[in-house]
Amino acid sequence: MKKKFKLIDLDCANCAAKMEEAIKKLDGVNDASVSFLTQKMMIDAEDAVFDQVVQEAVKCIAKVEPDCKVVLK
Amino acid sequence: MSGLTKRQKKDLTRIIIAFVLFVLLIVLEHTHVIPESFAHSYWMIIPWLVPYFIVGQDVIRKCFLGISHGQMFDESFLMTLATVGAFGCGELHEAVAVMLFYQVGEFFQGYAVGKSRGAISELMSIAPDFANREEEDGSIEVIDPDDIEVGDILVIKPGEKIPTDGVVIEGEGLINTSALTGESMPRSVRTGDDVISGCINGDTLLRVEARKEYDDSTVAQILEMVENAASKKSRTENLITRFARYYTPAVVIGAVLLAFIPPLISGHFAAEFGTWVLRACTFLVISCPCALVISVPLAFFGGIGAASREGVLVKGSNYLEMMSKLDTIVTDKTGTLTEGKFKVSMIDAANGYSTEDIIRYAAAVEAGSTHPIGAAIVQACDKPYPASKVKDEQNFAGKGISAKVGRDLICVGNRGFFEENGIEIQEDIVEAAGTYCYVARNGKYIGTIIVADMPKAEAKKAIADLFAENVRRIVMLTGDSEKVAAQVASELGISDYKAGLLPLDKVKAVEDLLAEISGDEGSSNDRKLAFIGDGINDAPVLSRADVGIAMGSLGSDAAIEAADIVIMDDKLSRIPAVIRIARKTMSISRANIVFALFVKFACLILGAIGIANMWAAVFADVGVAVICILNSMRMLSK
Repeated sequence: MKKKFKLIDLDCANCAAKMEEAIKKLDGVNDASVSFLTQKMMIDAEDAVFDQVVQEAVKCIAKVEPDCKVVLK
Repeated sequence: MSGLTKRQKKDLTRIIIAFVLFVLLIVLEHTHVIPESFAHSYWMIIPWLVPYFIVGQDVIRKCFLGISHGQMFDESFLMTLATVGAFGCGELHEAVAVMLFYQVGEFFQGYAVGKSRGAISELMSIAPDFANREEEDGSIEVIDPDDIEVGDILVIKPGEKIPTDGVVIEGEGLINTSALTGESMPRSVRTGDDVISGCINGDTLLRVEARKEYDDSTVAQILEMVENAASKKSRTENLITRFARYYTPAVVIGAVLLAFIPPLISGHFAAEFGTWVLRACTFLVISCPCALVISVPLAFFGGIGAASREGVLVKGSNYLEMMSKLDTIVTDKTGTLTEGKFKVSMIDAANGYSTEDIIRYAAAVEAGSTHPIGAAIVQACDKPYPASKVKDEQNFAGKGISAKVGRDLICVGNRGFFEENGIEIQEDIVEAAGTYCYVARNGKYIGTIIVADMPKAEAKKAIADLFAENVRRIVMLTGDSEKVAAQVASELGISDYKAGLLPLDKVKAVEDLLAEISGDEGSSNDRKLAFIGDGINDAPVLSRADVGIAMGSLGSDAAIEAADIVIMDDKLSRIPAVIRIARKTMSISRANIVFALFVKFACLILGAIGIANMWAAVFADVGVAVICILNSMRMLSK
């Protein structure tokens, strides 16, 4: 499954690159991208673990940039 | 500065307050209002800490959060370390100034990026916000485009966006396709015509039957594609990301070495340590690669945005990069270089008849014909005979057609048809490519009409422009006959062509050319090959080429799927335009890389030997970032 999330207050491009790298390393993730310019995160992960992966990804983001929020809908 | 977010306003206020305090403290010191004994004591750090915390609180907070999360070496950490180091060495002005100007730079950076993000989303403002659905009782309900179902009747009022692809069932008017195609001339539509989502309705009301759900509509596909474009990174962008990964740790290690090694070697550790720590702090300030990490992708993003304004969709930064290195263009003929429709290209009249006589007679006979050649002849006739004058039409399939026009028997047909009927053909036209239609009146030859698939009006100029953009070679591939190919090629100024190809032969031809390019100069892959086709039956070739360009694709899902670059209308002139955009993107990102690296390394060296101070370092960090972003923003302006 592939899904896009909006990010709020993603302030630094280097951080976006770090987040992307960290999310890509999560178990069950096929592909991921964090775009500083569009302020969006795309996660492509296995259906069975998708929700779990998203939670992990949110943690990764908080680790790199504490002020950055993910809009989960 | 209008359009600031709440957060930006708050940041700006903090910067201004801190700046005022900063200036105030300097003035107080210089005018000796603060007693000198106090100004030279350690206690002086307390007044300086006030503006420092006002302006730098979030950086310090982030620094500690980062440490607690095990994320060292981020910008906040480095800035905090550098300023604390400066405080420790007694350089109070510098410490506050560095934090202050770092925040000023960050502010501008955020502002500039926000601006360009706005400009891009404006480019992308083709998505419909709502749809008016007509209910069975005739009332109109405003619904979300996502809720449209195939078969719904949608009412589009003047000035509204067409929410999904469909067909007009009532109404007639002009629709503006410029957001999708870059074409400023509005297109006229009437009952039965297809309309594409994202176009803006003109002055009349249209009733449209939805043919696709919103998610499958042209607009949704385009938006999806442009958003994904950012994830197909160019080589330049990947290079920067990799560079950034090593650059920061390397500079930080350099800073640590710089702080300890020189004073240890000199033997006056206690006396010199402070100086070297200060220089090390200068290093830390320069160590963020943000100037490059932001500005290079921004340039590509802007390039893709600029192309989409021209009605060209580029599916990834990597394709933009390849377009700037185009060496060979391989192009399809029919529908790409030519109209893809038959037109009368030449009329030759004999035996005292005028060309107008010939076309009028032929058109009268062909009036009921459904054959594309017949239709072309009918279209070329300005003053047709009234239909009442034409009777006794007889169709000889594959050969010709005859009818009585007034009292005269007119025959139009091919050579075989004329020979069968014993009509002698006197030809004056020597070598013209196309289909020859002979015309006879009462059994006597009176002229020839040549019908051909004509090159597009702007094709010749577009080809010349491509050569002017340093494309080394243009090769035309066609399934047509040698004679037709030769004529079209020479008319357009193309010297290379291959005729009589089957679809598979085209793939082979492209593969041969690819091998030739890469074989010419060893393994250098700085020369790219693009294939231009209409996207209908050349999907294998499109995907085989480095860059597959599909033309005239508005509404054609297959072409949008297969191609790397999609030209929404059928204008060849978009291709040289895209090459120019690609070149500009590349030169801007290259300029940014060279400029940022030059300033950073110069500052590192000068900082190490003590010539560049912290002020220079702050410029090398945020100043350079802001300049690079402004440079990249040029891609967004026309």
